[in-house]
Amino acid sequence: MNRSEYRGIWSRTFDVFNYLFLLLLGLSCIIPLIHLLALSFSDRAAATGGLVTLWPVRPTAITYEKVLEAGVFLNAFWISVMRTVIGTTLQMTLIVLISFPLSKGKDEMPFRNIIMGSVVFAYLFNGGLIPWFLVIRKLGMLNTIWALIVPQALPLWNVILMMNFFRRVPKELEEASIIDGATYWQILLHVYLPISIPALATLTLFGAVGHWNAWFDGMILIADRDLIPLQTFLRTVVVKMDMNEFMRNPEDFDMFSDRSLRAAQTLVTVVPILVVYPFLQRFFVSGITLGALKG
Amino acid sequence: MQALSPIVDDLKEQASRFVRYLPRLWPLYVMVIPALIHLVLLSYYPMYGIRIAFQDYKPALGFDKSPWVGLKQFQLMLENPSFWQIFRNTIVIATSKIVTLQFCAVILALLLNEVRKLFYKRSVQSLVYLPYFLSWIVLGGIMLEMLGSSGVVNQLLQLWGVEQPVIFLGNNRTFVPALVLSHLWQQVGWATILYLAALTSIDPQLLEAAAIDGAGRFQRVLYIILPGILPTLLLVLCLDFGLLFNAAGFDQVLNLYNPAVYSTGDILDTWIYREGLLGARFSLATAVGLVRSVLGLILIVISLRLIARFTDYQLY
Repeated sequence: MNRSEYRGIWSRTFDVFNYLFLLLLGLSCIIPLIHLLALSFSDRAAATGGLVTLWPVRPTAITYEKVLEAGVFLNAFWISVMRTVIGTTLQMTLIVLISFPLSKGKDEMPFRNIIMGSVVFAYLFNGGLIPWFLVIRKLGMLNTIWALIVPQALPLWNVILMMNFFRRVPKELEEASIIDGATYWQILLHVYLPISIPALATLTLFGAVGHWNAWFDGMILIADRDLIPLQTFLRTVVVKMDMNEFMRNPEDFDMFSDRSLRAAQTLVTVVPILVVYPFLQRFFVSGITLGALKG
Repeated sequence: MQALSPIVDDLKEQASRFVRYLPRLWPLYVMVIPALIHLVLLSYYPMYGIRIAFQDYKPALGFDKSPWVGLKQFQLMLENPSFWQIFRNTIVIATSKIVTLQFCAVILALLLNEVRKLFYKRSVQSLVYLPYFLSWIVLGGIMLEMLGSSGVVNQLLQLWGVEQPVIFLGNNRTFVPALVLSHLWQQVGWATILYLAALTSIDPQLLEAAAIDGAGRFQRVLYIILPGILPTLLLVLCLDFGLLFNAAGFDQVLNLYNPAVYSTGDILDTWIYREGLLGARFSLATAVGLVRSVLGLILIVISLRLIARFTDYQLY
């Protein structure tokens, strides 16, 4: 293409504004976090006086000490780690186990379409919040760690994505194993799983982020303070602005403000996401285009 | 009954194959068992629980023994003026979010496409995708902090000469715009991915031919690139409207709203949660939930039909 047209006056003006606009947009996504970082390290007078923008004023790390001292925060962090690890593992197991058979045609697996139909119908229609809650209560999961793990264990959209991915696996690959007398277990384990690693990694990462960020289930299904996951706990702190778990000594009031304490807790909650973010990035495109396949 | 006989024959045929090939096929059926148990207990059992919409549910009596009251709950729902209010709010908020987001995402994708320094483009993308991965607790906390009466936004406004602090989230005129804009900010980067993928599939020869014929840089965007991503835009809009009731955004609203903005900000999902779970009006909230689910099902089926007719996209 003709390079010279990019040197025209309008073209250049456009480029300058475009680059500038994108820079500002990009910064707008990170500045709120930097502001919280600055706030969390600033002392009381600076935070309440509104002196803090992007750099800590009279830096102190006391908020982080307070957060880590408060047993309930660390405990909630641990519950979230646990639900994420166990929950994502269970999720991936169920997804793989049902999408592999469903990726077979009706001619190979009788009644496949009936099972598929029941999955799709459950994806498109549901009983709503109240019956769902009453069923979980009836199953005795309320106030147990299972309430955070089991209800989320079968994300139906991900089942559909995974099934579509399995369907694209060339038939020739498994035909050789079938001739060798391999069972379906062996075909899944030795043929399908190894070449599905990108798709599996995508769904695992997105599943883990979903578990880490989940808060509503912890709010309605858990009453026990020791089982509250981190996002649900953070909600009481930053949305409900309930600081009763902290500030036991009167002298603390002089050293840091509620705002700094809230900022510190928000940031600690975000850190795990920031840690996996570079890995997530590698799977963005596959994650979103996984669904856009021909059936 | 004659119309059913092909289906019955088909099932019989499948059953006979099932029996014949079971020695080889059984692992496939064992594999689906865990998921089927989950489906029955946590999807279909709650669907059975929808019956309480036609009952006066008593926790002690359960799904099976609570007394039937016919359509009383639906009558209560329709007579409740706040039902029409939240129904309208849901549609207004969802539609504003969908239209704003996709319009801006198309523009952002076009702007990113014009960046020829790859490193710059990648860096901007890394930044704008980030908010998508933060929960509405974190984002809500950030917004409450920054938009509060002594937050950084109001301090900037003060420097600008605005005397009274603006209570963005406690005012019916600003609440919905705040929802739409913060949703835009969270999602716009992520929403460009599909458009950027569509842009890569535009035939470069077409662009070259246009350039030779004298089409300038901006003309190529207008006449080739924009039409090239139009099918993707229509597909996304169609799917979004199919999921209209989800698009209102329960997570976001529940963490940002307060009684002062119920008249514009309260949506079906938040109402169901508040009245049903907090207010323990189980049957009434289930009735409202049923209306939402049925309308949602109709919308998604229409949208999938439309998509199947005009594209080769298939769900399953």
